[in-house]
Amino acid sequence: MEEKEVTIKNETGLHARPATVFVKKASSFTADIKISKDDKTVNAKSIMGVMSLGAGKGSKVNIRAEGEDEKEAIEALVELIDQGLSEQEGE
Amino acid sequence: MRGIAASPGIAIGKSILKEEKVLQADEREINSNEVEGELERLREALEKAVKELREIQEETKQKVGPEEAEIFSAHQMLVQDPEMTQVMEEGIKNEKKNAEKALVDAVEQYASLMAGLEDEYMQAREADIRDVGNRVLRILKGESDQQENLPDDSIIIARDLTPSDTARLDKDRVLAFVTADGSRTSHSAIMARSLGIPAVVGLGREFLEEVEDGMQVIVDGNSGEIYLDPDEEKLSEYRDKLEAYRKEKERLAQFKDVKAVTRDGEEVEVVGNIGNTGDVEPLLEQGGEGIGLFRTEFLYMDRDDLPGEEEQFEAYREVAEAMGDYPVIIRTLDIGGDKDLPYLEQPEEMNPFLGYRAIRLCLDQPEIFKPQLKAILRASHYGNVKLMYPMIATLEEVREANKLLEEAKKELEQEDIPFDREMEKGIMIEVPGAVMIAEDLSDEVDFFSIGTNDLIQYAMAVDRGNERIAYLHSPYHPAVLKLIEETIAAGHRNDIWVGMCGEAAGDELLLPFLLGAGLDEFSMSAGSVLRIKELLGFWTREEAREVTEAALKLKTAREVQEFLEEKKKTAR
Repeated sequence: MEEKEVTIKNETGLHARPATVFVKKASSFTADIKISKDDKTVNAKSIMGVMSLGAGKGSKVNIRAEGEDEKEAIEALVELIDQGLSEQEGE
Repeated sequence: MRGIAASPGIAIGKSILKEEKVLQADEREINSNEVEGELERLREALEKAVKELREIQEETKQKVGPEEAEIFSAHQMLVQDPEMTQVMEEGIKNEKKNAEKALVDAVEQYASLMAGLEDEYMQAREADIRDVGNRVLRILKGESDQQENLPDDSIIIARDLTPSDTARLDKDRVLAFVTADGSRTSHSAIMARSLGIPAVVGLGREFLEEVEDGMQVIVDGNSGEIYLDPDEEKLSEYRDKLEAYRKEKERLAQFKDVKAVTRDGEEVEVVGNIGNTGDVEPLLEQGGEGIGLFRTEFLYMDRDDLPGEEEQFEAYREVAEAMGDYPVIIRTLDIGGDKDLPYLEQPEEMNPFLGYRAIRLCLDQPEIFKPQLKAILRASHYGNVKLMYPMIATLEEVREANKLLEEAKKELEQEDIPFDREMEKGIMIEVPGAVMIAEDLSDEVDFFSIGTNDLIQYAMAVDRGNERIAYLHSPYHPAVLKLIEETIAAGHRNDIWVGMCGEAAGDELLLPFLLGAGLDEFSMSAGSVLRIKELLGFWTREEAREVTEAALKLKTAREVQEFLEEKKKTAR
């Protein structure tokens, strides 16, 4: 299992479009991926789950992946968040 | 009753009241041996929903534009949401619900979760979740995606139309849209314009209580007026209007594929204003020979973050490519004033129209401006793109903007991204102070475009939204005519061309004045293009010049208007 804590940096937080970008990226891996904030944990491939976390700018989230491509998944998702969840990634 | 005129035209037809669909399932407790079967039904329905949405997305992309289609991509994500699917499956397995009930319960659970969040954007997702829920429920029930037989003179009346509603309407049978909610930029308004049918929106919720199914309705998409169950007099008035409208449409159709020329054969550019990629098709259909004003605010609105360079580039390129050799003038962000972006968190101002807006904001925040400049430059590689700065008041502003443009070019060169090095750049003339220094400004740019709405507002010190002083907001005031004339003359003295992209460019009375003053390009809403092309053919530049000179000698707006009305009557 891979795990990493990361701070949300972009203005909007994990909401709206940035959430979509995040979920799309997460869905491209086969590993089981969970994201949690405080004591709430959701499936990182669920748009509604991720949006309902309410992770705004400055919140710390924990990402955990389990499965074949767990390493790549964590690396990619952490990088995505570090870059401010820009929409240039992805599509 | 009067709402917002969202898409022009007139329709007389029968109301079809689109009730808001309530998510309701035929509830049934299932036996253990039915669990597998229900799970299978649910999976199949979800798969089919994704397939339908993918098709609608593709179709919308072709017919309307990629931004409008994007919503269906979001809908696909909702249908495929693993958490929500899990809740549904557990409902079937553990609580022995049938597929319909499991679906509805899960959708309700997530819809209220979204509605309860603080964020406005997320609250709006509630409607999307329900829309998607209705789609899957319909599939489970085995009903098709087409609306059941509409009469062929249907006027669709609804609180608001969801993207799924408009996508599945039988377009040959719908004469008009009328909605209680919405604005000119809401989904139903944009769809109506791209379908070329009249629409009135924003009538208010009370309106729905007065409508019954099958009522006779008159929709006037030009004035925003709606008549329910009209009397014989109104009806015959509108039948006449409709007939006149049809005749005019037939007559004007001959100007669609020909260039705009004066009576003695001089070519004049008649182009259109657009506010969205979806406006391109209707403009071409109305005979527009280019875009004189591409407002870019739509990319920044109805969202809660700034659009990136890539996303903007895609939109600009799409328009540039669709227009081929025709010019496309892209105006940089004109936000502030009456248009506010909540996510920029700007302090409230006493005088927003005189405040921190448009080029002022952009020069102050190059991190917002630069990505747009780069996106426009990149699009210039794919068509005949020109760039335009709004609200210029001083020479320094133009120089500063041009400096940033040069930086943007350098960055693109370093990144090895192609763009048109010769791309023309221009400024909007809408501040009276800019007219006074127009000759100096013309040294820095390739063209001027006169924005009459703001120019009048600033020159006459009149709030254009204030009905009580509306008499001041008229292009016929001698002061306004002089400002227009001087702008064109100053541009021509320095050999740059001058266009106009305000409402006045499509003003039938003002046409000979503008032509005579030497205006090179007329940019207006799509609906006026054909008529202005026709009227241009009534004049020679020489005859028009006499009108201009005479008009400039008149002393009041009223005198000017009467004089121009007289001239219009005598023009052939």
